[in-house]
This record gives sequence, structure tokens and C-alpha cells, in this order.
Amino acid sequence: MSEIVATIRKNYIRKILRSNKRMDGRNLTEYREIKIEPNFIKNAEGSAMVSLGNTQVLVGVKAEIGEPYPDSPDKGAFITNAELVPLASPSFEPGPPDENAIELARIIDRGIRHSEALDLKKLVIQEGKKVWIIFIDIHVLNHDGNLFDASNIGAVAALLCTKIPVAKMDGEEITVENKWVKLPVKNIPVTITLGKIDDKLILDPVIEEEEILDAKITICFEKNDLICAVQKIHGPLTTEDLEEAIEIGLDKSREIRKMIEEAVK
Amino acid sequence: MSYFFRKEPEKLIDENGKRIDGRDLYELRPIKMKVGVLKNANGSVYLEWGENKVLAAVYGPKEIHPKHLSLPTKTRLRCKYSMSPFSTPERKKPGPPDRRSIELSKVIREALEPAIFIEKYPKTAIDVFIEILQSAGGTRTAGITAASVALADAGIPMKDLVSACSVGKVDGKIVLDLNSLEDMYGEGDMPVAIMPRKKKITLLQLDGNFTREEFKSALKLAIDGCMKIYEIQREAILNRYKEQKIDLI
Repeated sequence: MSEIVATIRKNYIRKILRSNKRMDGRNLTEYREIKIEPNFIKNAEGSAMVSLGNTQVLVGVKAEIGEPYPDSPDKGAFITNAELVPLASPSFEPGPPDENAIELARIIDRGIRHSEALDLKKLVIQEGKKVWIIFIDIHVLNHDGNLFDASNIGAVAALLCTKIPVAKMDGEEITVENKWVKLPVKNIPVTITLGKIDDKLILDPVIEEEEILDAKITICFEKNDLICAVQKIHGPLTTEDLEEAIEIGLDKSREIRKMIEEAVK
Repeated sequence: MSYFFRKEPEKLIDENGKRIDGRDLYELRPIKMKVGVLKNANGSVYLEWGENKVLAAVYGPKEIHPKHLSLPTKTRLRCKYSMSPFSTPERKKPGPPDRRSIELSKVIREALEPAIFIEKYPKTAIDVFIEILQSAGGTRTAGITAASVALADAGIPMKDLVSACSVGKVDGKIVLDLNSLEDMYGEGDMPVAIMPRKKKITLLQLDGNFTREEFKSALKLAIDGCMKIYEIQREAILNRYKEQKIDLI
């Protein structure tokens, strides 16, 4: 994902960062404005349009009836996919998902999976035979940095407002009633992404800042402040950086969780 | 051992604090490393880490194809992590890399790159191939450990080696170097790679459930583990020049 940023601008970003300032006037640990619009797509079982400053991500959730995995007959399943749609950035190319799209999808997946946000046991229609399979599709519509956090907010908000019909199995026959229930969501994982430029950690980097990052770290917090997923991206970090990142992340994750809960009420 | 016969053990740590393979909580599995085992490659390593068997090979710096991938100011490091079909209990279908392999190839590249003087060879490529012949938990860290020595063996100028190992949470305890059962049934897994001289962290992933304190102690344990790996890597490189001829088998 490379955007061309003029050297003079890169130097300027570094220079003002030394006095703890950023191009858009934010302080180092401040998010851009976050907007969440749930139920954006009528044909999806659940969806959310999220904007994080100029970064825009649309997440749709679809549910299908399928067979459970052989090693977990008593659980439904979910699949997370991310598309870096070419209309979102001059650096996105058409074609199958590249390593950045795959990494994005897998990090969001990991947060949801390891916080056990979805109660998969409640997605069973008949054990060993039929279960609900939930597809979480992340569509990046405008890339202005920090796709991880925008996608995570979108994915979780979309799950929270997803409704699936009641399905029953009678012998071999499946009947789907026109009665809709909420997805069993029991946790809200929140990812917090920080970038490191020189020796400063900055929250929610925009694309110009991402271009000169030395390293990036995404930490996923679940309720009770547990850490359920971490991914270091790009260059090296120190132990001190990580401790600081967790410190900042804990507070912010509570704020964002509250924001998501408010938005889907 | 085929996966047909595998079942979840009742306890992963027994009442004496021993793990399922008899190790203490902070003990690494036995590690053996041979350097220079593949004659065609510029650098190569064969690593046995517990039941893991890993080959790493380095080609380059060399001309880059396709040409448009060349970078004007530095070499392009390309990594490919792949698992052989027979490396896992269930056969792994060969073919284009799956999503896991693509992600691992990316994080492995980012773990190795900071240790290399990439600006020494503009417009070229360095290819790193990691082939997992037998997997038993912790293949990415084994792959990084082997690949970094293979890079050194290829004579590529480096700032440091990269040493990697994983830590995890098993039966509520933080343990070093997860085996496959602990990886599968434990509560969390955290692979870490560092550049040992300055203790810079070049790979960090985590999944599972860790409190903040657990995370801190796990990270410290991982760094200590990496330092032990570092000694083994150094010794392997020194051995390379002591012995006249090293064969794969």
C-alpha cells in the first residue's frame, strides 16, 4: 500500500511531531472523528458504514445455512473477508486479495474469534448436520489510513445489528420462519492501532503518516480489558513501546466500545 | 501420528508442573541446526526444533524478475513460507498459498528485513524460502530462526541475527515454546522475534486471552527464550566453518 508523499511533506510531519503536533491538529493520542451508521445495506442481515476521518469502510454480514466443520459439529462458523476495492485508493489494484487484504481480514477475524464475540454454539440448527455460517465482508471504500480500526468497528457494529431468521430442522427438512432474532454477540472486541515515527507513538495514523511509519502495532482488547489479539506490522519496536501502547489502548478501547454500543442501540 | 488418533488431553500441565512432553514451564524443546545443507542455494539451514523439521534457503542478491518490482534504493526482500503436503496430520493440499501462508510470509519478511542492510543492493532481490517439512507448533518462529541464519550463510551483510520463539498460556500458566497440543488446546499463543543485540522486537503476534500482567511476563519470557535461541544460532554458524563438509543427511 504505497501512496506517494513528497519528501518535503514527510520531513514536515516528522518535524512538527517533535513538538507533539500532527498535520491535522490532533494530539498524539487522539482519534479522528468516528461515525458509525448501522444497517446501511437493506439486503444484508446486518451492516455498518464507518468513517474514521476520511477512511471509509462498509461491512456487510450475510448468514447462510451450511454444514459444520467436522471437528466442531456443535458450533456454527464465521468467515471474515476483506476487499481493498480499487475505487478506494490509487494504490489498490483489482484482482484477488493481496497480502494486505488478507492480513486485515485475519486480524479482524482473530479479534472476534479469540474474544468469543460470537456465541457459535447458539448458531447450531441441528448438531453435526446444519448450522448457521456467518460471512463478515469488509469493503474498504476510501483509504486514508488505519484500516484496521475502521474495519473492526464496522465488523463489530455490523454483527451487533445482525438479525437472522429462526430455522428448524424436522427430519431432513429445514424450515426457515419469518421470525428474526439477534445474533448471539457476547463480547465487543476493539482494536487500537498505533504507529511509531522516530520515537513517538501516534494513535490512528492517517495515510501520509503511515507512509513514514517505522512500525505499527494493533492490539485488540475485549471486555474486562483482556488482550485477545496483537499484530506488529512493518518495522521493529521495543518493550517500552509496547507497554506504552497498551497503556494508551486500554483507555481508548473502553471509549470506542461505548461508542459502538451507543451507535447500534 | 495421524490425526485420527488425536484427542484432547485432560491436563496439559501435571501436578508436578511438568508439561505433556515432560518439559518444565520455561524449557525449550531440543534444537538442532545445520548450516549450508543445500548446495544450490547461496545460504541454507536445516533446523529441527522438537518435532518441527524446517528447511530455509536464501537466493540472492540477484537480478529481479519481473523487472518492475525492482526498488531504486534498496533490495527487495521476498519471503515464501510454505508447508509440505505431508507436514501436517491432515494432508495439506498443495497449490497456491492459503491465507495463513500469505500472512505468515508477510510477517516473516517484516521480521527479517530490519536486520538486513537492504540499501546495499539496490534494484536486486533476495529470496527467502521456508519449507516446513514436519510441523509441530511454532513453525513460523522456527522458520524465522532458520531463515536468519541462512541469510548470514549467504553472506548478506546484516546488523544482527533474528531469533524467534513462541510463548503461550496453558492451563492458566505462561509457558515457553508451545508444542502442537499446547498450541491447539491452550488458551493463548504469542510468537515473538527479536534482534538480540538491541532487543528490538521485529515480530509480535498474539491470539488468545491475556491480562496486561500476563502479557508483560509473557513478553519477557519470550525475549529470554530468544536469547537462548540466539546462542544456538551463533554456534551453528561457527560450526559451519569448523567442519569441512555438511550434508543434509
